Amino acid sequence: MSGLEAIRNFSIVAHIDHGKSTLADRILELTQTLSEREMREQVLDTMELERERGITIKAQAVRVAWRDHQLNLIDTPGHVDFTYEVSRALQACEGALLVVDAAQGIEAQTLANAYLALENDLAIVPVVNKIDLPQADPDAAAAEVAELVGEDPERVLRISAKTGEGVDLVLDAIVARVPPPQGAPDAPPRALVFDSSYDQYRGVVAFVRMVDGRFSTRQRLRAMAAGTRFEAEELGFFSPDRRPTPTLEAGEVGYVVTGLKDVSRLRVGDTLTAQELPAAEPLPGYKDVKPTVFAGLFPTDSDDYPALRDALEKLKLNDASLFYEPETSQALGFGFRCGFLGLLHMEIVRERLEREFDLDLLVTAPNVAYRVLTKAGEELEVHNPADMPREVEFVEEPYIRATTIVPKDYVGSVMELNNDRRGRFHHLEYLSEERVLLTYDLPLAEIVYDYYDQLKSRTKGYASFDYDVIGFESGDLVRLDVLLAGDPVDALSLIVHREGAYARGRALVDRLRKEIPRQLFDVPVQAAIGTRIVARETIKARRKDVLAKCYGGDITRKRKLLERQKKGKKRMKQVGAVEVPQEAFLAVLNLDGERK
Amino acid sequence: MNGGARHLYLHLPFCAHRCGYCDFVTLVGRRGGHAAYVDALLTELELERGLLATDLETVYLGGGTPTYTEPGVLTRLLATVPVAEEVTVEANPETVTPRLASVLREAGVTRVSLGAQSFQPRLLAVLERQASPDAVRRAFYHLRDAGFDNVSLDLLYGIPGESASDLARDLAEAIALGPEHLSCYELEAKPGTRFTFAYGEELARQAEAMEGYFELVVETLVGEGYRWYETANFCRPGRQAHHNLGYWLGRDYLGIGIGAVSTVDGLRWRNLPSLGAYVGALVEGRRPPREEEPLGPEVVGRERLMLGLRLDEPVPLSQVEGAVDGLALARMERLGLAERRGGGLVLTPRGRFLGGGVTAELMAESPAKSTI
Repeated sequence: MSGLEAIRNFSIVAHIDHGKSTLADRILELTQTLSEREMREQVLDTMELERERGITIKAQAVRVAWRDHQLNLIDTPGHVDFTYEVSRALQACEGALLVVDAAQGIEAQTLANAYLALENDLAIVPVVNKIDLPQADPDAAAAEVAELVGEDPERVLRISAKTGEGVDLVLDAIVARVPPPQGAPDAPPRALVFDSSYDQYRGVVAFVRMVDGRFSTRQRLRAMAAGTRFEAEELGFFSPDRRPTPTLEAGEVGYVVTGLKDVSRLRVGDTLTAQELPAAEPLPGYKDVKPTVFAGLFPTDSDDYPALRDALEKLKLNDASLFYEPETSQALGFGFRCGFLGLLHMEIVRERLEREFDLDLLVTAPNVAYRVLTKAGEELEVHNPADMPREVEFVEEPYIRATTIVPKDYVGSVMELNNDRRGRFHHLEYLSEERVLLTYDLPLAEIVYDYYDQLKSRTKGYASFDYDVIGFESGDLVRLDVLLAGDPVDALSLIVHREGAYARGRALVDRLRKEIPRQLFDVPVQAAIGTRIVARETIKARRKDVLAKCYGGDITRKRKLLERQKKGKKRMKQVGAVEVPQEAFLAVLNLDGERK
Repeated sequence: MNGGARHLYLHLPFCAHRCGYCDFVTLVGRRGGHAAYVDALLTELELERGLLATDLETVYLGGGTPTYTEPGVLTRLLATVPVAEEVTVEANPETVTPRLASVLREAGVTRVSLGAQSFQPRLLAVLERQASPDAVRRAFYHLRDAGFDNVSLDLLYGIPGESASDLARDLAEAIALGPEHLSCYELEAKPGTRFTFAYGEELARQAEAMEGYFELVVETLVGEGYRWYETANFCRPGRQAHHNLGYWLGRDYLGIGIGAVSTVDGLRWRNLPSLGAYVGALVEGRRPPREEEPLGPEVVGRERLMLGLRLDEPVPLSQVEGAVDGLALARMERLGLAERRGGGLVLTPRGRFLGGGVTAELMAESPAKSTI
């Protein structure tokens, strides 16, 4: 068989830990794309391979052969913040394996993924995995997933990716149930960019699905949304390492080495066409993804500022959705205000900066993007509480639809939590006798503040959670400032709902009073909304600080003591007249994590 | 050389017992070694004599317990040291007999600094002091009887177990004796001393409660007409410890003996504290082993500031040029902690309670580090 008829493009989608990567590994093995020995070696040698071949081996799209067919397994980013990227990856496919853990049943991300697959008109092949587990209940899991995708429970595959049982049936089902790609092989070429990576020697490598026409090596191409022009330096596919080919044909999945030096010039979702034979219309669905969560990142040691800038530049090469701009805080010095697709994205970036770049960071409390209409009639988007005008006509904040799946005993706790967080009940449904699907509309800002930890502790970890941003709504939001000795501390400003302002202010002030050492004078610590003080404490002045004896023999020692004291002051952040140790900021910024 | 050092310090390290809180260079007992040590001391003095001015302002015998030194040896030493306007000897109360008092007086000693520390047996026991309260009072009267009209008492406060009323009582006892001078120190638990090991945690717990003690000391003594002329020192008019004043005014001084420190012409050195090495070198007529620390003009400026601000009279701004952080000075002035007066800089009474903190604020970064 040849041509489009022989091709199947599919993804594997699953809730975290339901066995997606194990299944992918097993497929590579079974199709002899990799031997068992190579599997191990690949894991061990990744770094060396990268160096040797000068390309990042990131198996975004692996081509395997199965019973005369070309199967392209397209990987999707693993988590909720990258919904748009996931949807682009799914758009490059005709089918999806929906994998569900036989012991857990469907979870929040199973739902989110299933809906995304359905929206993209994919053929869904439901798979119940981990049937080898003692606590597995394959029938119950199969019933849930069949119900979800409207499939006959008998047609749900039951496998163990771990032992390999049933994996051949999965491949057969892909061939049988996933339709071959449709496309016009002779039309002007169009290819969907569903992911990209940055290689330090070859520049941006785009992962594409050829929809119409064909690309040839050295062809001059254009990204239709961004308008970026470049030459296809190399075309090819992964199996799983890079295999150059002279052309990419309609229906195929592969890569294009672009030589571009900046991933932001070629965004996920864009359409590539040929400069000489341009397509009239791009592929549908391109969206410029905007960050929803923002935070200030500051090096704890101000000397690390250039290192932080370089690290962000490097991360940005591989992560077009990361946004950053320089920010100067009076309290924390020079840093960057960064925008993320969500909280997990923020965590990943922060962790990479700290681990891969060995940076010590102070991260301000995350906030969402606000839309503001000022009294003067000016429309603003505010990414930093310190930029929020004090006088506004109205403020809008992003809302999400939150999906929670939870054992029925915990429904009450989750509803209580959501109600506390200004949530609006939307829908409740029993997935089975034991498990409940609950949807709420909530302000995103309520999720960025200590929501996950609360959800986890109130449901003993049994809840699974996912969300989608659904739009903006206005709210009674106020800017809460913290003042030390009358001077506002920009890095600690927050935007909060008026009703929660007092409690947040109280908590901040209490914590600061404990963390800031006594100074040479009384320091009032206040939380204020505009000019109204909502909480106040005083750090009493020190009453004495005396180097008691000082005679001939002590002079050098005492002088060094004072010089050290002076140096210690340098490590403090000066807020107006008050010296605040780094630790105090850390403690206050960690307040979220400790609220119970 | 600007005429030589006018202040001479002699260190006599011997003690009958090492008190738990003490971190001075002291040696317990060894009466047989006193003579050899004093010989060495006099040899070193001879070697360094050229650094001294012809007319000395002060001589100070410190320890250790100088008065524990064998009487014959001590007499010999006193007979040999150069004459000066003020000659002070430190004494522990239990060593002061009528005989010793008149020996000192006859030898030309003008001032005695008596280590009273406290008048309460319970607190003296904590400090491991040997004297009883009565011994302190007796010693004081022996000195008066011998004709001393310039006696200083040392008091300690912040002793583990001491309350504010204990301190008030100690102050009243001391005042009742009518000394010309008082030195009042907060007990410092120096790392590595036996005392810190035994009481460190309790001292840390008490730290906040003790904040008021310093204020109590100052209020009480100033109320009795003493002048609070230095952070921890109080005197009747004209009765400052002129030797110590020399340190605080940044004058040159020569220190003789083990562990003694000298500062002459921009060089500071400290004899190493080993008795054997000290005596051994001087027996052969060599200088004892010592550590040297050259003081650059910028360090001298910072020390002038640090020491000058301990006094109640302004330190001339011309002497601390470059050592003062101008912005910090403006801030301290605004807070009412420091002020400029007659071309000099001085801490306000409130600033003096916060002395170390304010001085650290005022001190400029060393130029080497602040270049951008």
